[in-house]
Amino acid sequence: MARLIATTPCGDLLPAAGGGAILTEAAAVDCYSVAPYKGMEKACSTALKKACGIALPEPNRTASNDGVRVIWSGQGRYLVMAADAPDIFAGIASVTDQSDANATIVLDGATARAILARLTPIDLRDSAMPVGATARSLIGHMSASITRIAADEYELMVMRSMAATLVHEVTESMRGLGARAAATGLGG
Amino acid sequence: MRLTCPHCGERDRREFYYAGSAEQLQRPARDAGEGAWNDYLHNRDNPAGDTRDLWYHESGCGAWLVVSRNTVTHAIASIELAAEVKR
Repeated sequence: MARLIATTPCGDLLPAAGGGAILTEAAAVDCYSVAPYKGMEKACSTALKKACGIALPEPNRTASNDGVRVIWSGQGRYLVMAADAPDIFAGIASVTDQSDANATIVLDGATARAILARLTPIDLRDSAMPVGATARSLIGHMSASITRIAADEYELMVMRSMAATLVHEVTESMRGLGARAAATGLGG
Repeated sequence: MRLTCPHCGERDRREFYYAGSAEQLQRPARDAGEGAWNDYLHNRDNPAGDTRDLWYHESGCGAWLVVSRNTVTHAIASIELAAEVKR
């Protein structure tokens, strides 16, 4: 029988550095897509609160408590990073294991926002995207989840099949920003 | 062109997919007859003025939107969630 080699979505493409930021792959976690059944949004929120101490977040927001993270991921959809999500939402939501479905990377550095601004059409300013905010939008031509996890740190998530493209797009932007800064002394 | 998604806020046109007239939400009854079904499937107005369209927030939250806009002035009058319009 063939022996399969376990590898992360981005494999050996990361880590990378450039343009004043570093790009790393996020550690693998149990991750479930949770879509509350019709009219069950409140029941799901209550169930999560009971089990993990946090409610389902509003659109464009995240929630976290004691190692459990929840990212709003679209109309009536949430990504719940908790191993026991199937039990928590049993009978009140459609729960799908997405643990290996996404490529998740973290862009960290004082220039992270400027690097990302070259790739996505959304407003990244503090007023529109404070720490803890999330957005579903585009990175290049890919649909992506963009979450600001700290002042200078963004978590980017796309479908696993696009991992190499994501790394390519972001590292190109890092390189471009670095080159511009070297040539002109300007960022952005 | 920018559309204000009720969930995501103001977003760029490239995140959306245009899906035609909002008349598609008014599906006739099974036994409504050939005329009604012919209209529903094939016949669309082409107004110079106010129109209501379906847009899909494809690279965003995945919501279907009903957008009322003016084809002459390009002004957008309202944007609603199709899920609530249809309710």
